[in-house]
Amino acid sequence: MKTEYKIIVDLIEEKTRVLDVGCDDGTLMESLKKNKNVDARGIEISKDKVQTCVSKGLTVIEGNAELDLKQFPNDSFDYVVLGQTLQAFVNPEIVIKELLRVGRKAIITIPNFGHWKVRLNLLIKGTMPITESLPNDWYNTPNIHMCTIKDFVKFSKIINFKIFKSLALTNKNISNINNSNLFYKNLFAELGIFLIEK
Amino acid sequence: MNIKENIKTLVIKKPLKLDCGKTINNFPLAYETYGSLNKNKDNAILVFHALTGDQFVTGINPVTKKDGWWSYAVGPNKSIDTNKYFVICANVIGGCMGSFGPSHKNPDTNKIYGTDFPVITINDMVNAQVNLLDHFEIKKLFSVVGGSMGGMQVLQFISNYPDKASTVVPIACTSSHSAQNIAFNELGRQAIASDHNWSDGKYLSNNTLPDKGLSVARMAAHITYLSKKGLQEKFGRKLQERDALKFGFDADFQIESYLRYQGSVFVDRFDANSYLYITRAMDYFDLVKQFDGNLSNAFKKTKAKFFVISFTSDWLYPTQENKDIVIALNAIGADVGFVEIKSDKGHDSFLLDVPDFLKTLKNFLDKSYIER
Repeated sequence: MKTEYKIIVDLIEEKTRVLDVGCDDGTLMESLKKNKNVDARGIEISKDKVQTCVSKGLTVIEGNAELDLKQFPNDSFDYVVLGQTLQAFVNPEIVIKELLRVGRKAIITIPNFGHWKVRLNLLIKGTMPITESLPNDWYNTPNIHMCTIKDFVKFSKIINFKIFKSLALTNKNISNINNSNLFYKNLFAELGIFLIEK
Repeated sequence: MNIKENIKTLVIKKPLKLDCGKTINNFPLAYETYGSLNKNKDNAILVFHALTGDQFVTGINPVTKKDGWWSYAVGPNKSIDTNKYFVICANVIGGCMGSFGPSHKNPDTNKIYGTDFPVITINDMVNAQVNLLDHFEIKKLFSVVGGSMGGMQVLQFISNYPDKASTVVPIACTSSHSAQNIAFNELGRQAIASDHNWSDGKYLSNNTLPDKGLSVARMAAHITYLSKKGLQEKFGRKLQERDALKFGFDADFQIESYLRYQGSVFVDRFDANSYLYITRAMDYFDLVKQFDGNLSNAFKKTKAKFFVISFTSDWLYPTQENKDIVIALNAIGADVGFVEIKSDKGHDSFLLDVPDFLKTLKNFLDKSYIER
């Protein structure tokens, strides 16, 4: 299982209610059910992946987070997870607010556009960066709102949510992000993982 | 319609108060079963049939000698695996395959009911069928499953009997019959009523049959079960056994011939008055109104696990109407999964060989059965 998922599983307390937004093939949900005994639900936009989740016995609804989070009442989950998809939404602000309305806490992971490889790619080649975590060309990428770890931290102040815990993933190593190391983490982390609250 | 020897019937002695206010008792409910009930009696699935279905879900229908209406989905190793599950299906009351319906004799007058038969509802149908649980001494069904009107019965059943099923699978259905649905049903009913042979519903006493009217009703309805794309791909403008247009009103096009055929075979197996009664029951179905405008309240008392399925090309019971059920369930934190299956086969998709659908239904049931 991806290190990212392991970190998320660690962040989530046992026997809680979790909604995985963009749950993909249900790998994270399965692990949460097995290791943390959570009541896991998923939303997934791809029909094939929903069917894969059903074959694993997972409760998933086919849908689009931007449209379908609306149907859940306030605080209906302890955690809402959004893995590497914030940058694909038309309006990330609305999505974050919806996550924090539906869930008491949210876990958001973002591919870090501030990573040195991305920066170097653009600086040297002069073309839109293509890396392992950002494999698409500019014209076919679903990512329309890329941001850096620093941007996300800044965003928390702009739209007013609390970052409870922020972690950086660098070569499968996990480390804490704080004010004093933000510059370095923003340069070397491939992924930022944030536990946030209203 | 004669009651054939190979129809199993349960006579329900307990009085059933219908929504129309009348009470019926000692009435027959025709049913069929497949597979076997296990020792714990916890492997039973109650399947509800759609408008023109009957209790003969799979195998050869002993009355029509054709394949059961859900042969693709129900049988050994199929989606609803009869090696594993005990499948029960009853003919709805108001129907014409042995259950109490308008072609039965009224014991008070000794005449065939016809349109004197009480108007029945989806609620009445499930309240009649729940008696099968007592008959088989089943405390809780493993699942209730049905498509179209069968899906409406599924929703009504779990609303009426919240602890009588562990899993609930409404397919290609709605919680409230739309104006368009009612309009199409009315078209069918008017086609029947305008056939002289219908004689205000007394045709069985007159030894006539409103074949023409019933056949037109079926033709119109059949179009609503298919998609535009499906029709275009299957028939296009292809001509029927001719090289050129004949400049007349014979069936020039294959689609015309196909519809006429569908209409003509339908009248051999279906009763016109039953068609009126069952379409009426569908039109009256409004679970939202039953719960004062809040569908969530219909499901508040149940802990069952739901799985809602719709089809991309179904314009009769479109995805949004199925999704409204999902939304109502999510609003109360119910355990609900949902998938829209890609298919060009229209509303009929749930009855046909649509592998993604059949696989998904099987996966949901089999996984839920293990985890129950």
